Amino acid sequence: MVVSTNSAPSAPRTSPVVKVSMGFVAVAMVCLVFADISITTLDPWSEMKRMAWGAVTPDFSVVAGIGMVIVRTIAFALLGVALGALGGFMLSQVFHLGPVRWACASVRAIHELFWALIFLQMLGLSPLTGVLAIAIPYAGICAKVYAELLEEADLPALRILPRGTGMVSALFFARLPEVWVHLKTYTSYRFECGLRSATVLGFVGLPTLGFHLETAFAEGNYSAAAGLLIIFYVLIATLRFWMRPKLVGFYVLAAPFLLGGGAAIDMGNIVRFLTVDIVPAPLRRGSFLDGQTWSDLGDWTWTLLMDQALPGMVTTLLLTQIALVATGIGALFLFPLISKKFFGPVARSVGHVFLVVMRSTPEFILAYIFLQLWGPSMLPAIVALSLHNGAIIGHLVGRFSDEVRLRPDSPRGLNLYGFEIVPRVYGQFLAFLFYRWEVIMRETAILGILGIATLGFFIDSALADIRLDRAMFLIAVTAAFNMGIDILSRRIRRRLRLRSQAGRA
Amino acid sequence: MLRGISLTVSAGERVALVGESGAGKSTLLSVLQNRYDGNTALIPQDPGLVRNLSVFHNVYMGSLHRHSAAYNLLNLVWPRPAEVERIRPILERLGLADKLFERAGQLSGGQQQRTAICRALLQGGDAVLGDEPVSATDNHQSRIILDALTETFETVILAMHDVDLALEYSTRIIGIKDGGIALDAAAGGLKRADLDFLYRD
Repeated sequence: MVVSTNSAPSAPRTSPVVKVSMGFVAVAMVCLVFADISITTLDPWSEMKRMAWGAVTPDFSVVAGIGMVIVRTIAFALLGVALGALGGFMLSQVFHLGPVRWACASVRAIHELFWALIFLQMLGLSPLTGVLAIAIPYAGICAKVYAELLEEADLPALRILPRGTGMVSALFFARLPEVWVHLKTYTSYRFECGLRSATVLGFVGLPTLGFHLETAFAEGNYSAAAGLLIIFYVLIATLRFWMRPKLVGFYVLAAPFLLGGGAAIDMGNIVRFLTVDIVPAPLRRGSFLDGQTWSDLGDWTWTLLMDQALPGMVTTLLLTQIALVATGIGALFLFPLISKKFFGPVARSVGHVFLVVMRSTPEFILAYIFLQLWGPSMLPAIVALSLHNGAIIGHLVGRFSDEVRLRPDSPRGLNLYGFEIVPRVYGQFLAFLFYRWEVIMRETAILGILGIATLGFFIDSALADIRLDRAMFLIAVTAAFNMGIDILSRRIRRRLRLRSQAGRA
Repeated sequence: MLRGISLTVSAGERVALVGESGAGKSTLLSVLQNRYDGNTALIPQDPGLVRNLSVFHNVYMGSLHRHSAAYNLLNLVWPRPAEVERIRPILERLGLADKLFERAGQLSGGQQQRTAICRALLQGGDAVLGDEPVSATDNHQSRIILDALTETFETVILAMHDVDLALEYSTRIIGIKDGGIALDAAAGGLKRADLDFLYRD
């Protein structure tokens, strides 16, 4: 064999991974120039002091019947995830069909809070609103992940099945048992997400923990807010003790009776929503045969695109790109906190607590808190998104770094970090980050509800004006935008050959 | 892998495919499996077990096509006594009775292979196609297995590495060498030495 080497002395070649990273950082820098990051509150320090005081003096007594609120939050999460997982599982069986794949992609591109806002218009403040708001996007996500798990599994038993074995029998005997553990693990992770979702849904009025959290914050009662947050963390931290596989069936059966009452569902409302409210205004008023109607529709669409969708998309994109890079930087700073390569057991447990708290707190709630402190600009959103997502990726990368084997005389401290660990975990890190890209964008859009002018801001305003046709149009734009990012992220991952097993988080 | 092979197997034949490993026996078997659209049971080299299910369930899979999906699911969750009693004697014959409800993934390689054979025996049918079904068993057990297979199936096609057993149990020997059929003869007239050339370079 002839080995040919290019002997000309050349400058060190930059790897594509580094080039892409630098590109993203450069884009974020440019975005930062146009972004509005200012502190608009008059006295952020005194508010911060009051919050810190609240955090050290948590008050658990404010909400009467807090036990029932917790139970209700769990019930919403449980039913939403159970329906979502069941629907997702059935869809995963036909996931190879193009239309199913597209339908799943579009329902999961819409954040559960948007789903909640849609169902609030249709069903009012009924328990079904909360359950469906979780179940529908989760079905889209579960369908995709279940289908991937079933596809990736090696299924030798399928080949030996007798001819004439029915599809259902083949599924339950030869396919499911092989991937059961993975399905279970993923679904229980989804349930944890469901608890977060159920809590956040309280911010739009559903009677879960979030509702009381919002009230406490709005009243400036930070001790009560701290108490509620602590309850939430305890709920998540103790999940594996009370969420036993044997009890799931019992829980799911009991859950419908624990959702609490609510407004009765009015069929007329649903019909009006589907046939009148969401129809673009020009079509509603004019005749289909009239040319004027269609030119009005054109104007309507153009105005909406130019005045709302486009500015919303620009802000969403700016914020997403900044938050993505900030998340990456955050994760690279945070992962050593839990890595055995850098810290002893005591420091690591402090790191663990910090990361668990940050990744358990929904970014919506984090953003809400920072917004109280600093006022509406992109700053609270960037900090919230990068802390939450940085903690998630930092946790995964930290665990991954523990598996790196080092030579006995390896360097220590910063040299170890820069020369031995980061180069080895960087590919994995980037894979996690690109998986989160779409999630970050979905969250960015939703933060508009808090007053930052992303797409969610325009959707929320349209809903407040009861212009449901505009809201639906903007939600569709948001979903399409999100799917675009998802496709782009997949392209980049494939180009850079980034793969990660745990990336489904 | 295989080239220019034409092969006809008639009902009632007991065919042994012999030859060096890598000669093309497994490939020929999978071609036969795809071409033959009758009622065949398979014993692949990788036993094709579901490791998380019990021996009972893995064997029961041989009868999935006979029952409704609902009955199959019932047995998945709660094995019916009638099915257990149908399967127990098959396991007993192959020395697996004490493993009835053990998970297939926890068995030794030989036990897994026998589980796969039990499944094929329960499935039954016109023919069985087996890829080295007795490669991990001792001589005594091999005979029990080959007896059971020849009793249950009218047509038997097995890839075998043990030439003596092949000569003893089959009616027809097909020798594979370099991806082609190098020998095709009735077993009765052959001696061990006649097959030696298949294993020489």
